[in-house]
Order: sequence, then C-alpha cells, then structure tokens
Amino acid sequence: MKFYTAKTDAAADRMVVVDDMILTKEMPTAAGSKMLDGYMSLFDAEVVTRLQQAGYAIGGKADVGEFAIDMLGETSYNGTPEADGTLVNASAEILKEGGVTAVVGMDVNGSVRRAAAVNGLVSVKPTYGTVSRYGTIPVACSGETVSVMAKSADECFEVLKAIAGHDDKDGTSLSEEQCAAATAQDAKVCRVAIVKSLTDGVDAQTAEKLAAAKAALSANGVEVCEIEETKLSAARIAWNILMSAELCNNVSRYDGVKYGYRSQNFTNIDELYTNSRTEAFGDLLKTAILFGSDTLSTENYMKVYDKALRMRRVIAEAFDAIFAQYDAVLAPVCAKTAYTTEDVKADRYLSFTENLYTAPASITGLPTVVAGGVQLIGKAFSEGALLAAAKLFEKEGE
Amino acid sequence: MRYETVIGLEVHVELATKSKIFCSCNAKYGAGPNEHVCPACCGMPGMLPVVNKRVVDYGMKAGMMLNCHINRTTTFDKKSYYYPDLPCAYQTTQWFAPVAVNGTVEIETSKGKKSVRIKQIHMEEDAGKLVHDIAEDTTHVDFNRTSVPLIEIVSQPDLSSAEEVEAYLERLKMLLRYAKVAECAMEHGTMRCDVNLSVRPEGSDKLGVRTEMKNMNSIEAIKHAIEYETARHIDAIENGTEVLVQETRRWDDIKGKSFAMRNKETAGDYRYFPDPNVMPVVIDDAWFDSIQASLPELPEEKFARYTEELGLSEYDATQLIKSIALCECFEAAYAVCGNAKDAANWMISEIMSILNKRQMTYDMLSINGTALGELIKLVMDGKVGRANGKKILAAMFEDTTIEPVAYAEANGYVMSNDTGLVEKVVKEVIAAEEKAVADYKGGKEKALMSIFGRCMKELKGNCDPQTLRTILTDTLNKM
Ligand SMILES: [Zn+2]
Repeated sequence: MKFYTAKTDAAADRMVVVDDMILTKEMPTAAGSKMLDGYMSLFDAEVVTRLQQAGYAIGGKADVGEFAIDMLGETSYNGTPEADGTLVNASAEILKEGGVTAVVGMDVNGSVRRAAAVNGLVSVKPTYGTVSRYGTIPVACSGETVSVMAKSADECFEVLKAIAGHDDKDGTSLSEEQCAAATAQDAKVCRVAIVKSLTDGVDAQTAEKLAAAKAALSANGVEVCEIEETKLSAARIAWNILMSAELCNNVSRYDGVKYGYRSQNFTNIDELYTNSRTEAFGDLLKTAILFGSDTLSTENYMKVYDKALRMRRVIAEAFDAIFAQYDAVLAPVCAKTAYTTEDVKADRYLSFTENLYTAPASITGLPTVVAGGVQLIGKAFSEGALLAAAKLFEKEGE
Repeated sequence: MRYETVIGLEVHVELATKSKIFCSCNAKYGAGPNEHVCPACCGMPGMLPVVNKRVVDYGMKAGMMLNCHINRTTTFDKKSYYYPDLPCAYQTTQWFAPVAVNGTVEIETSKGKKSVRIKQIHMEEDAGKLVHDIAEDTTHVDFNRTSVPLIEIVSQPDLSSAEEVEAYLERLKMLLRYAKVAECAMEHGTMRCDVNLSVRPEGSDKLGVRTEMKNMNSIEAIKHAIEYETARHIDAIENGTEVLVQETRRWDDIKGKSFAMRNKETAGDYRYFPDPNVMPVVIDDAWFDSIQASLPELPEEKFARYTEELGLSEYDATQLIKSIALCECFEAAYAVCGNAKDAANWMISEIMSILNKRQMTYDMLSINGTALGELIKLVMDGKVGRANGKKILAAMFEDTTIEPVAYAEANGYVMSNDTGLVEKVVKEVIAAEEKAVADYKGGKEKALMSIFGRCMKELKGNCDPQTLRTILTDTLNKM
C-alpha cells in the first residue's frame, strides 16, 4: 500500500504535497486511474506554481480514488488503502506522518472533507472560483474545488492564502478583490445554525462530535440554534446528477487514441474505444459514466439534468435564507467516524449516498471548513471567518 | 403532377481570426501536421477554455450582416460524440443561446428577388483532420484545425432550386467577405455546407420526407446533388422505386450519386449541456455599438454611391463591387488622384485583368490603393507615360512596398520635357530610317507609325506622344 504515487527528494521546512488530481510537470499524474497510469503533464497546475512561488517545496503526490469520486480513495488502481479493514486516506496518512505542512487536493465529491473528518484533521474547501482549477484533472467542473487539508486551521489558512487569487487561465476564476475577500479574516462567526435534516441518520460518535463542537462554540459566545430546512438534503441527488453528467463528458476524452491506456485487443476504432475504456476504468467510475450519460440523453435532459440545474438554484436560495440570519451552518461531514472495506464492498455506491452531507456545499460552491470531525458551511468568501471559528473546536476530534 | 423542392442549408464558415477559439494557437490554414497545437486543443486534461473575444466580435458582425437579432447573453454548450479527430470527444458549440437569430438574406435569381430567412448563427470549434496513409495502412490525426473558430449559419427551408442555393451561397460569401470575418473558400474548406432537402407537390403546405447531405464542399457538387436528390425523391413518390426515410446521405461527386450513411454514423444522441467552464458572454451596449459601427458599406450602397456620386458607369461599378478588396483599393486610389473614372479604368482594365491572368481571386489583391493613386496621378499629369505606368504597376504587384514616384525616377520612367532631346532623337531616327522616310514621303501614311515607334523606343517611352508626333511630322514635312 502506497500513499505517495510519486515523491521528490526535496527537503524543506515548508513542504506541501498535492494529490494525484493536480497536474505536475515533474511527476506523473494518474487521477487514481489505470487509464492515466504514468501520464506526464506538459505543464504545472496553477496551484503548484503558486505554492512554489510562495516558497513551498512540492514533496510528492498523494494517491486518490479513481477521479476522486469515492469515499476515501478506496477505488484507486493502486489498491485500497486500509488498516485492519478500516479505510484510510492517503493524504491524511501523509499528513499524520509529519514533515508536511498541508496536502492540497481536489474536492470533487467530498473525499477531502471526509478524510479530514474521520482523521480529526482540518480542511478548507474555499469558495468556488477563488482558487484556479487550471491544471487540475476535470471531473465535475461546476462544483469541484481545490482544497487544503492540514493539522490545524492556521496551517490551512496559510496555504490557502498562497493558492487563492484570480487566474486568467480559468474562465470561472473570480476577480482579484473577491479572491482577496476569501482570505480576509475581518468577519466573525457569531450565529450558527444546525439544520436538523442534515443531522438525522448520523451515528452516536458523530452526534457526540457535533455536540462537542456546539458546546465549544457556545462556550465562546457563539449562538447555536437548531433550524428546519429540508431542501438542503435534496442537494445530494441533484449533485449526483450534475457531477455524473459532467464526469461522463470530461472523461470521454480518455479514449485510448492520444495518450493513456490503450487496449491491445482491437480491430477497429470502436473496439479501440470500448476495450480501452472497459479495461482501464473501475466499476464506480463506469457506473457514474453510464448514469451521467443517461441524464443528458435527449429523453432525460429536461426531466433530469435541467431539474438538477434548477435544484442548484433552489439550494443556493435556501442557503441565502439561512445566511440572512446565521453566519454558518454546523453539520456532520459523514454519518460515521470510520468506514471499513466491508462497507464499500456491501454498497459500491456509498459515496453517492454519504455525500448527503458534502453535496450542499459542492453544488453551491460555498466555502466549508472541516474540524473536530464536523464542518462549518459559510456564505461565499467567509472561509477566513470559518477557519477562525474552527479553531474553537479543532482539537475536539483528537 | 408538378413538384417543388424545399431546401434548407447549414453553412459552416471558418472565421478569419488569428488565434483559435479557446486557446492562443495560430488558427491559420496550411501549416505542417500538428504545428498549431497546444495541450488545450489536443484534449489534454487540465486546460480550461478561455473565450477569444475576437470570435464573438466576428460572430456578432456576421449576425448583423445577415440582419439577425443579436442575443445579448450568449452561452456555450458541449456536444458529445466520439471521433478520433475530436480530441476531447466533445465539441464546444452554442445550443441554447446562439449569438444571432432570426435574420434574412436577400437573393436574386432569374426568377426575381427573394428573401431567405436565417434561423440562427452559432459559434463553435472545428474538429481536426484524419490523414489516411494507404502505404502504411494506418491513420494519422492532425489537430491543427481543432478549435479553429467556426460559425454555422442555419437557414429556414426557404430555397427551392440549385440556382437559388448558388445565389444564396454567393451572397453569404460576399457579405461575410465584405465584413472581413471569413475567407469563405470552399476549395480550402473554409466554407462547407449541409443540404437538407425534401420534395412536395407544388402548392402543398406539407413538407415531404427530408434527407440531409453533409459536408458538401463545392458549389458545382451542391448543384449536382440537389438535382440528383430532387429526381430521386420524385421518382420514389411517383413510381414507388424506394421508400424515402429521413436520413443523412453522403454525396459521391465522382459517381454522381448520393448514398445512405450507415445508421451508426448518424444515430448519435449528442447530449448537449451548458459548458460549466465557459461563463455566459454578456454583450453590453458599448460592445454592441462598436461592432455595429464597424460594419462595412454594403455592395448595393457602394454601387449607388459609385454611380450617383462618383459618376461611374453601371458596368464599372458592378465590376468594382465584386470584391471588398477592389473597392478599398479603388477608393484609396481615387482619394489620391481625384479622378474616379481614371481610377476605375486602372482597376478594371489593368488590375483585374492581371489578377485574372494570374488566376488570383480579387480578394487576394495586395496593391496599396494610395500608391496606385499616386501612380495614376503621375500618368494623369503627364509625368509618366501610360505604357511605363503599366510597367510600374506590374512591379508593384511583385513588391508592394514600391513608391511609384521614387520608382519612376530611379528607373528612368519620368517624361522628358526637353524638346531639344526629342528633336535630336527625331533627326537621328530619320537619318537611320531612310527607307521608311522615303515610303512616307511617297504617300505611305503607315510608314510614319514605324518611325514614330522607333523614336519612342529611343526615348524610352518618356515623351508625351502628342509632342513627339508634332515634332516628328513637322520635321518630316520640312524635308
Ligand atoms: Zn491550442
């Protein structure tokens, strides 16, 4: 079992590891897929360039699940990272080993947040558009975000400051002023809502973590209220539709023609496509491709895909209504504090149901900070304030 | 029964921008294989599309030339299909909110004038090219053309004959070339055409079964294909020779027949959806106004101005408006020499005939109009003889940096006002051409021409013919 897919000899005080969804010129990038085994990018991702400019050495690449849509990295073609049957996450293990300030990775379907939560680490998924996606493997472009995981909120904030900023090479990149707002800490989290529909179904330990975070916030003068808002739990199904449709489209470029895995078994171009993809892609990815393809068919577009786009707006409006009164939403990140290889064997699509907790921020692009095994979702550009508030309970998870 | 053909066209036109639509690669046609490529247009992961604003400029301009409504918020969408020349396996195009809709194009044929409705114009990226190597029994992919910007102009089914289709395509070409947004050369593949055709009894308002012929790339082939398909449809309706089905057909120009394409090639569901990586393009008033202000005078407007204000004949005006390059050269030359008739003569009898002789299109004219005006002025003012003027023009075709005044001086093409020199040459020639002089004296008027010609040659053409003629006849008559 390897946590690093590539490692440099760099020895530095300020070392950062990027995950295998982020393209590097010097090291291969495979996105956890046999399809891209050994793929060498011709260019560095913008975040890699920015990290280096800020004085960080890139220590290596952390393994990810295939195209980062799974629970914790269990679908990597390198094998499932686990310890005595419990799923572990490569990025989190690398951080726990020490010597690395942070791991910068792609949050496509919540795996970075889940890894931080089950390991008692801190992560920040910044506001969509504040960190360039140039040079990241595209999966679900409308919501995926470069994220930072570290041992503390302060380290997350330090690395976030290094990578946030406008980039002309990314058409969805926000203005320099908006990006700067994401790393300001002048606002403060004073009122926090707990949305009841999002806390149902979590196990006892997770409930305890929520209670601990609530207690820590309250003890520091933050008002915490429980509210009803059922729309947020519909984010999951809408996100599954949007993510799968975009994924289907984005991974269709891996066809065995130009680069990446090519089947040896073909007599014509259609067989080359079909056999290369059949042999190289894993089951979860294949399922997502088929599901995504179906949502975009002429027959289903209006019935399914267009509705998911509308749901995205409904969910954003539901958050707006909450943020009219509250500064943040305190929520679980996953239903359990640990997952086993048996769990994902029993339910191959677990990450498409457990993302009940991560999809609301994915589909809206809102910032979210994980600490103490739970998350704070805030309004756009409030990640500075969220990280400051997270310091009140970041030690709770240990 | 009499039948009418109902035709709608989808015309793809490559826009003449310097760079591609979503990356900064060179968009020019004609480089070696895969020389104009980057990770973005080769479909490598990680590059994000950034819209080339110039493409939107050109798309709007094309829309305005075709009297379209411009969508002030225009969006890009992805169209998915697998083909080795499409590196991402999707094409970024405009499906939900194209840049221009609801336009018209006026055409004129032997049957009179007609207005063809335009359904929409959308912007999109081109695909690459497959190069089949028969010797190696393999296929190579050239991505130079990938992401070169295109517009697709979709007409309503308003055309009813090959003649109308030709008039429509010629009119499109002229309008887009006047606006300088596209070359529209079918022979270069910068203009391609899909023909949708059905046949119905004359006067019926119900459309017949429609077939589509894709990627037609010459007007002759299109005309031929329309005639063939019309006959095939009528035959099927009248004689039941086959059952017509809605399908895509391939035109084989050599066999002169159309063939149904394999179902697999056409039955695709393109799974259109909005491209989340390209933000909607919002065209504000300032942008809209600046494009509108840049629209050229239309060919008809130029014709009216040339005939009414500049006093050109209808023939001359008709010749000049054939190409925007001719018009611009003419207008610049006229601005310098001040004589429209003279400028038009030079354009039509000299420049256009040189272009024709060299088998160049009028749009390929690269002569600087201001320099041409200076040359015309030299000839008008009697400073350079007309024959030498033509020599200078020929030199200007080879080297567009030539300045006529300096060039005439440097090459000894400037007229001599020295009558002493003319008299001296006349005397020498008369002395040398004894026989011709004797013939002339003997009443052979024709002999004068050869003496005159020899004098002009000795003078290198740098003499006003009238002056030479006077001095020559005076001298001969005095003998
Ligand atoms: Zn390019």
